[in-house]
Amino acid sequence: MEENFNKHSNISAADLDRLNKEANEEATPSSAKIIWNEFRADKPALIALIIVVGFIAFVMIASLFIDTPKMMQTNLMNYNISPGTNGYILGADAAGRSIAQQIIVGSRNSIGIAIGLTIISSTFGICWGLISGYYSGYIDWGMQRVYDFMMMLPMTMMIIVLVTIIKNYNAISLTLIFSIFYWEGTSRLIRSRTLSESEKDYVAASKTSGTSSLKIIFKEIMPNISSLIIVDTTLSFAENIGVETGLSYLGFGLPIQTPSLGTLIANANDPNNITEYWWTWLPAAALIITLCLSISYIGQVLRRSADATQRQGAAD
Amino acid sequence: MWKTVLRRVLIMIPEVIILSLLVFLLAKAMPGDPFTGSINPKADPAQLHHLMEMNGLYDPWYQQYWNWVVHLFQGNLGNSYQYQEPVTRLIGSRAINTVWLALLTTFLTYCFALPMGMFAAKHEGKLPDTIIRFYTYITYSIPFFVVLVIGIWIFGYVLGWFPTTGSVSATAASGLPTYGSHLYHIILPSVLGALFGTVNVVQYLRSEVIDAKRSDYVRTARSKGVPEKEIYKHHIFRNSLLPIAAFAGYSITGLLNGSIFTETVFSYPGMGLLFINSINYRDYTVITALVLIYGILNLLGTLLSDIILSIVDPRIRIE
Repeated sequence: MEENFNKHSNISAADLDRLNKEANEEATPSSAKIIWNEFRADKPALIALIIVVGFIAFVMIASLFIDTPKMMQTNLMNYNISPGTNGYILGADAAGRSIAQQIIVGSRNSIGIAIGLTIISSTFGICWGLISGYYSGYIDWGMQRVYDFMMMLPMTMMIIVLVTIIKNYNAISLTLIFSIFYWEGTSRLIRSRTLSESEKDYVAASKTSGTSSLKIIFKEIMPNISSLIIVDTTLSFAENIGVETGLSYLGFGLPIQTPSLGTLIANANDPNNITEYWWTWLPAAALIITLCLSISYIGQVLRRSADATQRQGAAD
Repeated sequence: MWKTVLRRVLIMIPEVIILSLLVFLLAKAMPGDPFTGSINPKADPAQLHHLMEMNGLYDPWYQQYWNWVVHLFQGNLGNSYQYQEPVTRLIGSRAINTVWLALLTTFLTYCFALPMGMFAAKHEGKLPDTIIRFYTYITYSIPFFVVLVIGIWIFGYVLGWFPTTGSVSATAASGLPTYGSHLYHIILPSVLGALFGTVNVVQYLRSEVIDAKRSDYVRTARSKGVPEKEIYKHHIFRNSLLPIAAFAGYSITGLLNGSIFTETVFSYPGMGLLFINSINYRDYTVITALVLIYGILNLLGTLLSDIILSIVDPRIRIE
């Protein structure tokens, strides 16, 4: 090809090189580059990214060195000792269990469930939205009725009822229960974007040339809305941390012997703890706030980089 | 217009039937029975058996469901096993508390959100807009139950400005002081709910107003020489407000879900706290009634919003 090109053109090799370089400079940067530029332009976003990634890596590794059953053993000698005594960095709760260790293991559990929930519910929601938005007519109508019905269900109540029904539930069954109820937001967003995307020319062209519907949906429409999917998944990850910890706070999330950030905050239900022994719950609350703020800030930055009119990063 | 409403209502009927069936079966599937814990542990098993039989708990499930539905239409939701009083009366007394809390929260949410949305749109892209956007980002990101816990800690315990449990002070004299005490108990939860629940209304109003700012009728008004203040008051705000009103219906869902957390944190005797207690005591009749009521309220909220929207926006009507 290149030989052929050289034979029929009178552009010198040096010129061709220069033109190539210019074309590369003028071309739209790749999406990874855009996102990176955006993070570089926005220092708080970079800090948020470092906090989230660093913290997740830290709890995943640190929790490997903590013996959970031993950690959850009652030790009355250390009843509510304050931070810094007996080598307990963040003190201990009413059963003498180290708060720092519980926070590490609890964060791992909470983040793990949030990741699992995000993956399952987003995948399901994306597929649902794509299919419902692409096939208009009866399929869409039927899927919309199921969606309406799910929206009507009082979510928190249904989750609590299901959790009480299932005996010996664990992190996995809990994640699955949450997933039943948390795909609607994603599916609705994806459906409305798919609806408008399906009317575009490239879809019509693909249809007339006989491409199968599944291929159009997943190979053609989905890549075109991928930025929306990335943003939505990040934001739902932040939200899902709140879902699990909230239910654990009420006492219907992870079982008592499995610490979660929510069960730690539930220590605040005791009027003694909330005022005198603040270290039993406040660090966990502060941690949740930091995590959720950081993750949704990252989501905001991703959203900005997906929308060319809002970018702050220079396109250099 | 009426066609849209009628069709919406017709679709609701099968939804409610499926919900009632689902709720009933789920409640039946819950482990344990309502009597074992509540009667004397030394009681004769035969007596327990008799109690179960008396309450029809040994009948096949469809028989029980049918009895339940028939009673439902007679306005009889059964008796609470835990509180030993009719469920309708029990829920009625709690519902009032939840409704007051929800009304005050909604009212305050609009009080905070409408000026913020207008202000942000008026100064689009400038400092106030950035600040308000930052505020909505923070309030949207933090899980609400954490806000409640920290709120009750700071304002309830540390500063001692607000009561931390109950819905009314036991020592308040009847009449006006009771209402005052009642209001005093719901101020903190509803202010927190309103401060952290503005994001939808603010963002929606902001984009509505920004759209309206660029529309032809505003340009005409401006070129006629109508003062800027009048334009905002009479032209933009009026037009942007109606779609916002539609949000009131949708927000019911959020408020109901939130009521479980709010009422648990503040030990506020409303429907949400009643639900948590009933779950712990396996009080089936109350659980099924509450889930059904919450589901139907969600439906009515969406219906209300859709009706308002179809009045405002003729494009979504069915002709």
